[in-house]
Amino acid sequence: MSQTVTNAEHNVHPSDQEGIAREPLVLNNRSMSWITNRICGIVENRQPLIWWILFVPSVLLAGVLGFTLVYLVSTGVGIWGNNQPVAWGWAIVNFVFWIGIGHAGTLISAILFLTRQKWRTSVNRASEAMTLFAVVCAGIYPGFHVGRFWMVWFLAPVPNANAIWQNFKSPLLWDVFAVSTYFTVSVIFWYIGLIPDLATMRDRAVTKVRKFLYGLFALGWRGGNRQWRHYEMGYLLLAALSTPLVLSVHSVVSFDFATSIVPGWHTTIFPPYFVAGAVFGGFAMVLTLMLPVRKLYGLEDMITPKHIDNMAKIILLTGTIVGYAYIMELFISYYGANKFEKDAFHLRILSGHYTWAYFCMFFCNVISPQIFWFAKMRKNLWVVFIIANFVNAGMWFERFVIIPTSVSMDFLPGQWGFYSPSIVEKWMFLGTFGLFLSLFLLFLRFLPVIAISEVKGVLPESDPHHHDWEEIKARRNAAHRG
Amino acid sequence: MANLFPRWTNELPLKAVVCVAALGGIVSGLVAYTATPKYTRVGYMPEQPIPFDHSLHAQQLGMDCRYCHSFVEQSSHSNLPADQVCWNCHGPGKVKPDSPKLQALREAMDESSEDYTGRPVAWVQIHETPDYAYFNHSAHVNRGVSCVECHGQVNEMKVVYHAKPLSMSFCLDCHRNSEKVLRPLDQITNLDWKAEDVDKDAFYAYLADKTGKGVEDLKKADSHKTFDRLLIGGHLKEAWNVHPPQDCTACHR
Repeated sequence: MSQTVTNAEHNVHPSDQEGIAREPLVLNNRSMSWITNRICGIVENRQPLIWWILFVPSVLLAGVLGFTLVYLVSTGVGIWGNNQPVAWGWAIVNFVFWIGIGHAGTLISAILFLTRQKWRTSVNRASEAMTLFAVVCAGIYPGFHVGRFWMVWFLAPVPNANAIWQNFKSPLLWDVFAVSTYFTVSVIFWYIGLIPDLATMRDRAVTKVRKFLYGLFALGWRGGNRQWRHYEMGYLLLAALSTPLVLSVHSVVSFDFATSIVPGWHTTIFPPYFVAGAVFGGFAMVLTLMLPVRKLYGLEDMITPKHIDNMAKIILLTGTIVGYAYIMELFISYYGANKFEKDAFHLRILSGHYTWAYFCMFFCNVISPQIFWFAKMRKNLWVVFIIANFVNAGMWFERFVIIPTSVSMDFLPGQWGFYSPSIVEKWMFLGTFGLFLSLFLLFLRFLPVIAISEVKGVLPESDPHHHDWEEIKARRNAAHRG
Repeated sequence: MANLFPRWTNELPLKAVVCVAALGGIVSGLVAYTATPKYTRVGYMPEQPIPFDHSLHAQQLGMDCRYCHSFVEQSSHSNLPADQVCWNCHGPGKVKPDSPKLQALREAMDESSEDYTGRPVAWVQIHETPDYAYFNHSAHVNRGVSCVECHGQVNEMKVVYHAKPLSMSFCLDCHRNSEKVLRPLDQITNLDWKAEDVDKDAFYAYLADKTGKGVEDLKKADSHKTFDRLLIGGHLKEAWNVHPPQDCTACHR
């Protein structure tokens, strides 16, 4: 024991040094049992009224989505506003919008895990869930955009009597693989992370059905030493596996545009710019969801101002990167001396049909997050919530600005046209929000919204040297007093 | 706490995975076998209003396909004969005019008969190209593709049936490797044609004429190769400059 104390004394814990004390990740010295009770309580107790007030309209909206899809399949994509030359309308805009939102989850769970950002523990579960639901919403669009939904299996390389084979040179196909890989890995990662908490839920369950279901999905977790050792290694490996995916998916999505020759799309800056934008939009959506959730379920001690502050900083950073990309696009279109490119951006910002969208985008994505330079603003939850929603809207506008405006007026005047969405497209988009919210509310209802075991792991008393440091602190205090 | 699940459930996930994988394999296999034209189309042999025997007419009597399917070289569509064509031989006082098998023909053609309706013989279509696929018979038979390549040995069929799958991959297979099916133009309707039947000297003379190369040079270049279908087809493909289209719009216009 004395040996340990000496070691610990050599490596003085940062929290002991005055001036740079770290903010604790769980406030008010909450105990382990308090954490378990609070998080499991959300699932075990009746849902607050507001849950129902949100859930019912969400499900109805999701039903509208189902209705519009049936209408779409039975009638054809002509009910959308797509036309020549704008074959990619809201469907692809919304696909990119949702898939972008689906980036924060894996970033938080994988990259922040590998870089040992302990604050991730309070928000990773919910943001991974959000990721999955966003990818579900995203996947609907390209699937139905093919027009004949029952032919969608042509996207998979299945040998068939038509000798139809995929064009592996097409980024659209890479997209199929990128997104489906991302979804699969995200599901596995999320599920693996859930296992210890599912076991907790099982052990606390009172009804037979709950015991059975949580027990089934807990896969016989007992929380033994050996299980934890394997589990943590497995989790680490999965984190390493999903880290490149965070970067690859949206890069590949950007290839859909960047590898074409359409002015406004054909840009090498697209992959990093899309990834930054996706992280930006993803964090905004995490904040949009988690700010009400933490208030509603009394999770303020676990999702602390520190967490919100960190996320606001990430939004500031990625928003600024995105702003750099916007400006660089404009600069290159001027400096690159390609007259089609120059024209495309001239139309985009000055004289086109959609300049208003460009300025909405620019304001929401670049200007509005700059307020987060001020610590006070990052602490004001209303400001954070409003800015996060500005970002949500801005990221949607970004995709709108990129996709229809570029193709609506490209090389030949004979190919120029105007696109506006039909009422069906608008309801479909609202419908995906309904689906997204329904899934998220069901997640709140049935699964622990915060990773219980992981939050316990970042409590001070979980540190193996916790008691040594306590001792050092006590001794130092005594010396000071003496 | 008592065990929630009995011991045997430990192996359940593994068993489930194995079962699902096996089931998936079986289902895919069954679909691949039964849901493709190889199974759904091949062998279709409907009963015709007149049991017309192709083996009798085309093989024993040696009639050319084009006696009845007369516009196959000019038209995108290979026509069925008008009833008059049958009537040419089976009319009153000619070949078997009273055969009960020809009842439908007499109804259509014999104005003196009491069964006369004037309605043409309602042949049942066997080979059908879907509406979304464009197919031109003349383009094929005028470029060395024999009837037999798609319709099988009709000259040996007592009752005609669907012999080949005619799936999209069936089309593409030839469009990608047309040397496998090309033959001299005068042998298109000779369904029993074989590479051995070809007169080498005449063939090389024809090639020399078409390509402008010397007969001896052509023969020398082939001296170490066997004179088979692939060789003939390859030469014809080159001589005729055959480039079957492989893009979607070739057939889906």
